[in-house]
Amino acid sequence: MRDLLVAENVTKRFGDFTVLNNVSIHIPEGSIYGLLGPNGAGKTTFIRIINQITYPDSGSVLLDGETLKPEHVRNIGYLPEERGLYKSMKVGEQALYLAQLKGLSKSEARKQLRYWFERLEIGDWWNKKIQELSKGMAQKIQFVVTVLHRPKLLIFDEPFSGFDPINANRIKDEILHLRDQGATVIFSTHRMESVEELCDHIALINKSDKLLEGKLSEVKRQYRTNTYEVGIESEDNKRLEKELKEKFQLSKANFKTLGNELKTNIHLQNGHGPNDLLSFLTNRGQVSHFVELIPSVNDIFIRTVENNRS
Amino acid sequence: MNHLPIIIRREYLNRVRNRSFIIMTFLSPLIMIALIAVVSYLSQLNNDKVREIAVLDESGIFEEVLKSDEKNKFTFVGETSVDSLKEEVKTNELYGLLHIPAADDLDQYKKNITFYSEESPSIVVIDNLNDVISQELTDLKMVQNNVDLQHINNLKTRVNVRIENFTGEETSEFGSILKLIFGGFAGYLLFMFIIIYGNMIMRSVIEEKTNRIIEVIISSVKPIQLMLGKIIGTSLAGITQFAIWVVLGTVLLFVVSAILGTSLSELQSPQQQMLMEQASDPAMQNKIEVAMREVLNLPLTNLVIAFLFFFVGGYLLYSSIYAAIGAAVDNETDTQQFMMPILMPLILAVYVGVFTVIENPHGTVATVFSMVPLTSPVVMLMRIPFGVPLWQQIVSVLLLLGTFLLTAWLAAKIYRVGILMYGKKASYKELYKWIKY
Repeated sequence: MRDLLVAENVTKRFGDFTVLNNVSIHIPEGSIYGLLGPNGAGKTTFIRIINQITYPDSGSVLLDGETLKPEHVRNIGYLPEERGLYKSMKVGEQALYLAQLKGLSKSEARKQLRYWFERLEIGDWWNKKIQELSKGMAQKIQFVVTVLHRPKLLIFDEPFSGFDPINANRIKDEILHLRDQGATVIFSTHRMESVEELCDHIALINKSDKLLEGKLSEVKRQYRTNTYEVGIESEDNKRLEKELKEKFQLSKANFKTLGNELKTNIHLQNGHGPNDLLSFLTNRGQVSHFVELIPSVNDIFIRTVENNRS
Repeated sequence: MNHLPIIIRREYLNRVRNRSFIIMTFLSPLIMIALIAVVSYLSQLNNDKVREIAVLDESGIFEEVLKSDEKNKFTFVGETSVDSLKEEVKTNELYGLLHIPAADDLDQYKKNITFYSEESPSIVVIDNLNDVISQELTDLKMVQNNVDLQHINNLKTRVNVRIENFTGEETSEFGSILKLIFGGFAGYLLFMFIIIYGNMIMRSVIEEKTNRIIEVIISSVKPIQLMLGKIIGTSLAGITQFAIWVVLGTVLLFVVSAILGTSLSELQSPQQQMLMEQASDPAMQNKIEVAMREVLNLPLTNLVIAFLFFFVGGYLLYSSIYAAIGAAVDNETDTQQFMMPILMPLILAVYVGVFTVIENPHGTVATVFSMVPLTSPVVMLMRIPFGVPLWQQIVSVLLLLGTFLLTAWLAAKIYRVGILMYGKKASYKELYKWIKY
């Protein structure tokens, strides 16, 4: 897959404080790319650099193989975390204004607006002022304004804040739809479950350093612990547990079963594969549950950040 | 991509459509005219009142001199005691009581004439009394010393120094006043314009910050474009407002004077009447002619061109500072600490203009302040009617524009960083750091 956006060795300092330290990031075309990191890690600064709101002290950023230049703002749609609209301006007028600033002609902007207003069923808001709308409604307008000019690259910083679950889902579907139509999405959030659901690539930034980057499945493979959740029913669960403890490393499991099984997490070591475990288990009793424990993005996030701290 | 016209358009329309802007635009001329009407009515009311003054003249020599006129009515009373008269004056609510005791020697009158009144009397009245009585006493003394009064009066000479400039054109004091009015008006207009519309720019920058729309916008346009768009759009709105005021004011004045034509002429103050009377006298007519020529002789072209340059330059300079302040703070209450550097030079300029330019339009102080960029727009506009060498004007304009470019560059730097800073109270030290980023 071709990379739509490439950042090479980007460094940014504010005075003596380094916000980004030699960060390189490759964002494949057509991906939904999760940009993760604790508060103050430098995500927003990185996003602002892509938007040419600030500029790196060193390093380069390429969009579509070209060094970033002012014309590129047309190809980028940005929904900042700190966002808002002119309160006393009418919805339609405001959307037209912002679309024109993105380089759309007035008629083209009007056409796109009509499409999106119809799609999100907000057509009758055209002449309302933002201050008359609820926060969730205003967020919808904000979303439309971000995607209106059909940019190649969409950047969403905490896009679901301010939405109720139903509308959050609606927006999630729209993001996926835009990706399917060819847009590349950078997605920055603290809500790990939405990363799990949406992203196919992630990068993790902590204290100005990039700690990891890659395809989500590969990152997970890297972080796999060879741990399996096992539920097994035998004649004597106590004796079986003792037997298992001698052979494998166990830890407390946390899942539900219907019967009276022995529930445990088994950590495989010394070159043991899952098949070895499974054949060992089937000889001892009725296996009702056998699942590999895949690390969640949340686990990966916390582990990486804590490792980095120590 | 040039977004400037789009931004200017929005800023302009946003201002012009604003309800309070519309109300102010159409209400202000009405308020102004109402104010003028009330003031002239009140002053007329005040002038109409005749001051009744009781006079107890025990000397008997001033009855001829203290003549009643439309403003003062002197009533001479017969022999009574001062104390009972005081009571009477008080109960009848007269203006006051003038007591002239009898004296053997004319010199005694110097000290012993007294004016009694409830409140302290108008200085004009007392001055008038002093003048009249002194004159009469002087005359009497001269007669006492066998001086021929008629002869003295014939010998009295009054000089009126003619004022001419080096090209031989006659000027008048009136001309100087006229120049002051022209210059003062231009300078004051600029001063007001800067304060009103500069504040508007500042508020609109703060509004974008508090609305959190700023990051959305500067992901599409350069901050400097947004800043310039704001300044230009708001100025155009200001010019629109001024234009409407001028048109509306003129129309209203015509309408009002047409409707109240007669009563307006009655509104004329006695001073005006006096002027009118004097105008019919040939010497005065000559003076008016000179004054008219004076108006035409003002460097009008220079004035208009300089007005445009200094007005635009001064306004741009100050409004970029206002924009930077707006970017540096989170809300309007925090702007106070930064207002000083704006208001100080402006107020200084007006003071220098009012006090120094009047006294000596080409003195060192006036010249220097008409060169220093932050004060030059106001001071130079006040000086120009008195004739300022072209080179001085050009140097001043160049300095002003240079400073504007420098300030705009600095302001843009502060603006660029400041608009993305939330919840941080900026200090001057902080601003300096932003400039360095």
